[in-house]
Amino acid sequence: MIEKDDDIGYINSISLPIKGCAGDTGEWRIFKPVKDAEKCNECLLCWIYCPEATISKEGVEIDYQYCKGCGICAVECPTGAITMVKEEKR
Amino acid sequence: MKVLETGNHLVALAVRAAGVEVVPAYPITPQTQVVEKIADLIDQGKMDAEYIPVESEHSACAALIAASLTGVRAFSATSSHGLAYMHEMLHFAAGLRTPVVMVNVNRSLGPGWNIWCDHQDSISARDTGWMQVYVSSHQETVDTVIQAFRIAEDHDVMLPIMVNLDAFVISHTYMDAIVPEPEEVSEFLPRYRPLWALDTRLPVTHGSVVYPSEFSETRQSMQQSQTRAIGVIKEAATRFGELFGRHHGDMVDYYRLDDAEYVIVSMGSLAAETMISIDAMREKGIKVGLLRVRFFRPFPVAELQELCRGRKSILVIDRNYSYGLAGVLYTELKAALYGLSDTPVRNLIVGLGGRDVSNELIAEKAMESFEGKLGEITWGDTQITKAHVVTRELLERFQELYNKK
Amino acid sequence: MVTVRKLPEEELFLPGSVACQGCPSSLGLRIAFKALGKNTVLIVVASCTSVLQGSYPYSAINLPLYNVAFATGGASASGVVAGIRALAKRGVFEEEPTVLVWAGDGGTYDIGIQSLSGAAERETDFIYVCLNNEMYSNTGTQRSGATPLGAWTTTTPGGKAQHRKDIAQIMIAHKIPYVATASLAYPVDFYQKMLKANSIRGTKYIELLAPCPPGWKFAADQMIEVSRKAVESGMWLLYEHEQGDTRLTGVTRRIIEGKVKKRPVKDYIEIQGRFSNILASREGQEAEEMLESEVSESIKRLQGWVPEYI
Repeated sequence: MIEKDDDIGYINSISLPIKGCAGDTGEWRIFKPVKDAEKCNECLLCWIYCPEATISKEGVEIDYQYCKGCGICAVECPTGAITMVKEEKR
Repeated sequence: MKVLETGNHLVALAVRAAGVEVVPAYPITPQTQVVEKIADLIDQGKMDAEYIPVESEHSACAALIAASLTGVRAFSATSSHGLAYMHEMLHFAAGLRTPVVMVNVNRSLGPGWNIWCDHQDSISARDTGWMQVYVSSHQETVDTVIQAFRIAEDHDVMLPIMVNLDAFVISHTYMDAIVPEPEEVSEFLPRYRPLWALDTRLPVTHGSVVYPSEFSETRQSMQQSQTRAIGVIKEAATRFGELFGRHHGDMVDYYRLDDAEYVIVSMGSLAAETMISIDAMREKGIKVGLLRVRFFRPFPVAELQELCRGRKSILVIDRNYSYGLAGVLYTELKAALYGLSDTPVRNLIVGLGGRDVSNELIAEKAMESFEGKLGEITWGDTQITKAHVVTRELLERFQELYNKK
Repeated sequence: MVTVRKLPEEELFLPGSVACQGCPSSLGLRIAFKALGKNTVLIVVASCTSVLQGSYPYSAINLPLYNVAFATGGASASGVVAGIRALAKRGVFEEEPTVLVWAGDGGTYDIGIQSLSGAAERETDFIYVCLNNEMYSNTGTQRSGATPLGAWTTTTPGGKAQHRKDIAQIMIAHKIPYVATASLAYPVDFYQKMLKANSIRGTKYIELLAPCPPGWKFAADQMIEVSRKAVESGMWLLYEHEQGDTRLTGVTRRIIEGKVKKRPVKDYIEIQGRFSNILASREGQEAEEMLESEVSESIKRLQGWVPEYI
């Protein structure tokens, strides 16, 4: 914490863009999407439908640090390559 | 260049001289000529600015802030209901620290509909974070509009500023004034240099959600900028005087105050009228002087404490009223002087809704006040007229209607 | 032909935001940003989107962004566009940035309609996206001018008794150069409409239906499915309006052409909790019929006639 002096200076409500502005949102998950690489045909529907931008276009990898576990990818996957698995208790 | 123009047209010419780049505005009596003149100057190619003909004052202020946030110099003008309608956005402008300048032509608020002068509109916007200055002449209007940009845009300040001028008394009367050309102003007022902006080269979010853990600091920062503005205002007035040879006071202005035993305090064109009253009273041997508050925010606490010291009696003339209490300049002055002396401070309320305030009336009421004949707060020019009698009769007829069994 | 595969990889909406699971706004922003790219200034009208982007001093949106007051989407765009034009005169841009306004249905249909109308009438050069979740979601799901007949909200506990406004038609009446509707079930269609909007000068209005899982009471994983059924049932019609002509697009066009059978409205409303009370009530059948006739009326308004197989 910065020591507050008499002159508080110039403070405005400006914010910096970063990944994880709400922290590691992966902790919100109750169910976790698990990809079966055998079934995945890389159609990229899961990538484009992911509201949180946590699936990579290259290689269709799920970023579990931020994936909130909404399950849209599993519902929309045309080959059934993504299954929602209950998270282990943390 | 010396011109013979209305106060409103002079505002437009000053805005042109200041190199304003964007002007969003919505017409309202008595400000209309400001926007008409600016639109005309742009149309004739005499001013290179974007005019945004918004559909309301709320939008005028929204567009003003948004334009400023891109890093350009922006101006608007309004009055009365227009200022009230943009109240939400006044807070936004100050909260985002956009150094915009707005002229407010002081007019009462309805109902009853009234387009004439009082200070209720801007006084009601007191706590929005804007700086407020009140002018008392045409030349001061021109010079203050130009200085306003320099003050607002100073990196120690970065707050919006409202230049208040009285409806009709200044806005619609023709007077000689000198209006500098943009080239003459550019040394005093170089191009606006933003501290930050909406810029694709450095993408940031402006106006984020701020939690209680961080909010107070954003507001304390605004107050510190208001405090720092006092020095900037004085410096701007001095520098302007050096370059243009005109000085209208800085935080305050005064007249025959040095040896005065009695002081009249007021703002705006009423203060100019008061100078005549003071001359008349001085002729009768009464040592009276005028203290004209120019900057109402930041409030000139130190200047008032200094200039009110050792006086026998003070009368504050307010052209506004805080219902349930008193005139606002009066309460503010009393707060500034609290505990410093026993000098009586009294309040005279006159000139609401554009009622003419004569220098004779001011002199008469001031004498009564200084002699201790007036109460603490006096409504100085009210009386029951024939019109009021008619409405009283109407009220009685309603009562007959409602009381019928 | 544009396919999912051809959409840009770069993400300007950064993961780890405050948005709910399955949020339609974050998905909408992602796709819109892919279409417009980095040379964009974003204006967010007070809404869920003001919150889901995160709080001071961090943000999930990697664009210059200004969070504006509720009733000022259009006016703020006019101000930013004028500022950009003034800067352009100084020669600071290689290419002038696109101005995008992102507003909810509250900020568009209701409190913001005056400001939007003014900006459109002034022919402000910007894209306005109304993310329509048919309720005031940010304040906890109250009725809006976009809430459909029969839908539950916290201020219509017995179901809304009035029809929704057709604001896209109001925007068409402004004679702006481009009006379109879109659905998150068809991201390529939305992407292409954003691209087209960005290629046209003047005011462009795009309305995106935004099924809100907590507000509409359905599971987050059904967000795309609900979006899809909205279109398949005709409760959300996809079209573009350019130069005085309306052109139905995507599934909506195929339904009207008779190539795809329209689903009954019931298929769409029965999967959402917000309609469950009205469907279970004595007026349920009547409400369903009224919604079906609203669909027919909307189609008739768009193309002048309704095929008998609808």
